[in-house]
Amino acid sequence: MLKILKNKLEQGNKTSKYPKEPIALYHRYRGMPVINTDCSADVIAECVCICPQEAIDATEKTIDLGRCTFCGQCESVEGEGGAFVSFSENFELGAANREDLVTGGALPALADHSKQHFKKLFGRSLQLRQVSAAGCNSCEADTNVLNTPFFDLSRFGIDIVASPRHADGIHVTGPISRNMRQALIDTYEAVPSPKVVIASGCCSISGGPFRGSEEVIGDLNSLVPVDLYIPGCPPHPLTTLHALLNYFK
Amino acid sequence: MDNLLKIENGKAILRADIPQVPYGEFFKTLSAFVKNDGYIVQFFAYEESGVYRLIAVVRNTALYVIGSETGTTFQSLTGSASEKFHMFEREIAEQYGLKPDGHPWLKMVRYHKNYTGEKDVFENNYVEEIPGNYPYFTIEGESIHEVAVGPVHAGIIEPGHFRFQCAGEEVLHLEIQLGYQHRGIEKLLPTLPQKRYPGICESIAGDTTIAHTLCFSQAFEGLAGKSVDKGASIVRTIALELERIANHIGDLGALSGDVAFNPPAAYFGRIRGEFLNLLQVLSGNRFGKGLVRPGGVALVMGEEQRQLIRDKLAEITPEIENVCDLLFSAHTVQARFEHTGMVEHKMAKDLGLVGYSGRACGIAYDARVAFPTECYAELPANTNEVTSGDVNSRATVRREEIMHSLKLITMLLDSIDTTEKPVHMQECALSPNSFVVTINEGWRGEVSHCILTDDKSKVQRYKIKDPSFHNWTGLAMSLRNQEISDFPLCNKSYNLSYCGFDL
Repeated sequence: MLKILKNKLEQGNKTSKYPKEPIALYHRYRGMPVINTDCSADVIAECVCICPQEAIDATEKTIDLGRCTFCGQCESVEGEGGAFVSFSENFELGAANREDLVTGGALPALADHSKQHFKKLFGRSLQLRQVSAAGCNSCEADTNVLNTPFFDLSRFGIDIVASPRHADGIHVTGPISRNMRQALIDTYEAVPSPKVVIASGCCSISGGPFRGSEEVIGDLNSLVPVDLYIPGCPPHPLTTLHALLNYFK
Repeated sequence: MDNLLKIENGKAILRADIPQVPYGEFFKTLSAFVKNDGYIVQFFAYEESGVYRLIAVVRNTALYVIGSETGTTFQSLTGSASEKFHMFEREIAEQYGLKPDGHPWLKMVRYHKNYTGEKDVFENNYVEEIPGNYPYFTIEGESIHEVAVGPVHAGIIEPGHFRFQCAGEEVLHLEIQLGYQHRGIEKLLPTLPQKRYPGICESIAGDTTIAHTLCFSQAFEGLAGKSVDKGASIVRTIALELERIANHIGDLGALSGDVAFNPPAAYFGRIRGEFLNLLQVLSGNRFGKGLVRPGGVALVMGEEQRQLIRDKLAEITPEIENVCDLLFSAHTVQARFEHTGMVEHKMAKDLGLVGYSGRACGIAYDARVAFPTECYAELPANTNEVTSGDVNSRATVRREEIMHSLKLITMLLDSIDTTEKPVHMQECALSPNSFVVTINEGWRGEVSHCILTDDKSKVQRYKIKDPSFHNWTGLAMSLRNQEISDFPLCNKSYNLSYCGFDL
């Protein structure tokens, strides 16, 4: 008992002040890309060439955040007029529409794009069933982290539940392997309507690094209708938290 | 032994130098080798101009390779030599349609059709949805009942299926059937441009990003003759140790939660995040994605990052010691940890368990000591005090490894070498007709990648092995004669990778 008290005193209260107060991530974190439209065509062409995710569109000068793994390699391409892309520390990346993720460096305000009846239904209490559909376990781990004292997801009335029957929606990670397709659909169907579907991480949005493999489906939206997209590889826990709070609250 | 060629970790050799022996010789050599404290690192098939070949990479105190040609059936080593081969042979059967004759447990591994168009060994029709269509081992009797769990589990966790045969509370047998996470990585890689390799290797198993990407990068370095400067090696070593600490701490927290001792669960959960944030300081990503690349690292560790890591370790090390003390000295925790999920030393050796799962059973093997890469040759080894093969041993080994890794990072931070410049993924000119195998001690144990290149210098076969490939069987054995209610605790004490196994 004494040891528990001693540790409790040492640990103190570690819960984040976010969202009441802003929070800064270390400057190496790669969040929302800032696009420099003044850079030379050669630099953009080089970025297109090296991007392993084929996420960059040279003519539109956009990046597809649904494909991007935020590996940061395009940042290193320099030339006339500077680099084409630099990743900012802005972790607010969630979007309600797939096409909004193809971006020139800005996203529409998520809070204005959510379905209003969802706010009414789930704004005070949201129960989600997490489905890992061939995820590499980093999306899963950084979703799990939301339950630690620092993020403390349940203070917002949001919980991850064990049974789809207790859930308001599903939160899906991974590129959806053929071998998980049926289990995912069964889980979705077991959730009572009205229900919400969240695609988390570039794998569930576009197949991520595994796109093109015949063993994966690679686009959650082709199986079930997606309401909320959370990009990243994996999404930072704050990206997920921001998306959930803005979409549902 | 005469047939085996001794090789070096990460050093490419010509494929022509791999000893090719008739299958009978291959069988005899490997049988003798594994009976004599020998273990398997890699054992796989590949196809070349219409001929099927097998390659085995084995280790005792050194590393060896041997190859053979085979028909569509070959005599099973599992059936007569050792259980160590059992998963490897099942994988060969599934990937290439080659039947290990006399295999006592020949079942699917990942539910996919084979690469070759040979008749399916399991007589499956893969047009249908296959998962779950599996011949589970069953026990029959008046008081026997079956418990089926998965593929979707209750928490935020990867999918897999567990089938328990129980008499009341007691588990007589557990069969673990995975494959739900199969993404077809090995088949996909040779078809892709090199620029896509790092992204895929970082996502083989996200919690083992650094170890897998190290294996990939070292393999490419070996094949392309690239060298890595001391500064980059230091960053890689620190990243691998941060990954180890983050995962061990997370698991100690989860173990506390599984025995309903909540304070350490909460504290460790938060402390794990501190280490993920340190990986973010190094690499910009909480799992170290985007850091390790062939030829070095993509981000330089400057004085600012060094100081941040140093300060955080100084602040957090006493906290870790105190929370560990709280967990391991609680008698209610000891009562649950001790004698639970026991795997005897002999069983662990027969199965070839690796990493902390093996070390907790008294198998001292640590790839950082046996086949050191990066900075490990100059760093002190770790020793384990508690090795009785139960949950308590696995937890204690992890506690010791956390402390040891903290010490290693502190030592590495004191080195003044800084890498000259960041290195990004570029097309590497690989040497043709070559073979390379790399081994690193990931946090779960021995991670190994193996590449064969063809005469046009293209990757012809890419073979990946996550330590979970060996250790899942260990978890199944841990449950023998245990109460089914101790399954979560046993499972978490191993915390194996589903996707690393399923590829």
